[in-house]
Amino acid sequence: MAVELLYFAWVREAIGQAGERVDPPAEVATVADLVDWLRGRGEGYATAFADRERLRAAVDQAFVPLDTPIAGAREIALFPPVTGG
Amino acid sequence: MIRVVIQEAPIDLAAEHAAAEAADAGAVATFTGLVRGDDGVTELALEHYPGATERALEALCEQAVERWSLAKAVIVHRVGPMVPSDRVVFVATTARHRGAALDACAFLIDRLKTGAPFWKRERRGDDARWVEARDSDDVAAARWDSAG
Repeated sequence: MAVELLYFAWVREAIGQAGERVDPPAEVATVADLVDWLRGRGEGYATAFADRERLRAAVDQAFVPLDTPIAGAREIALFPPVTGG
Repeated sequence: MIRVVIQEAPIDLAAEHAAAEAADAGAVATFTGLVRGDDGVTELALEHYPGATERALEALCEQAVERWSLAKAVIVHRVGPMVPSDRVVFVATTARHRGAALDACAFLIDRLKTGAPFWKRERRGDDARWVEARDSDDVAAARWDSAG
């Protein structure tokens, strides 16, 4: 199941790109699984995803907890806690 | 009426404030956030999640309009590089009476800080770093959960 990934702030900087299209294996069922799977893709990913507590996510532009299933998702964004205003 | 704008251009306070006025509304409450020059900050850059940002802010405005029967809810948020004393965010709420306008304005700015995908990066000379989220912002946002 191919899905579009978007990275923001220091997650984007650590990985070195703003987004990419990936096709994770079937056992990647939740956002947390996806993060664990991505961590194995290289040093930048390992740095970006070292501390899951500091990570937030959106599935199809809606904020979700990391245990959210990703089946059917078109766009998944991974980013730090927000600091607007 | 809901107006949500994400822009790189400076915020025109007079124009935005005047546009927030409405017939039959006796009160316009506004909040303006400025870039602070804390500890030698020379530049503040804001990154956001295009599309998701607008959706999140529109949803917040819809909640405020519903909860306080507002005539208007406005959020103008600047993104990109800014310098101290620049306006970074403007919130306006328009209602028949001041109580609703003031409460709705506080609700919007409290919720905006934790519920919309913006990230701040502070620069001090050659040193740039991402701003950490603050627990006090979560507390401020949560105070609207239970209150009538």
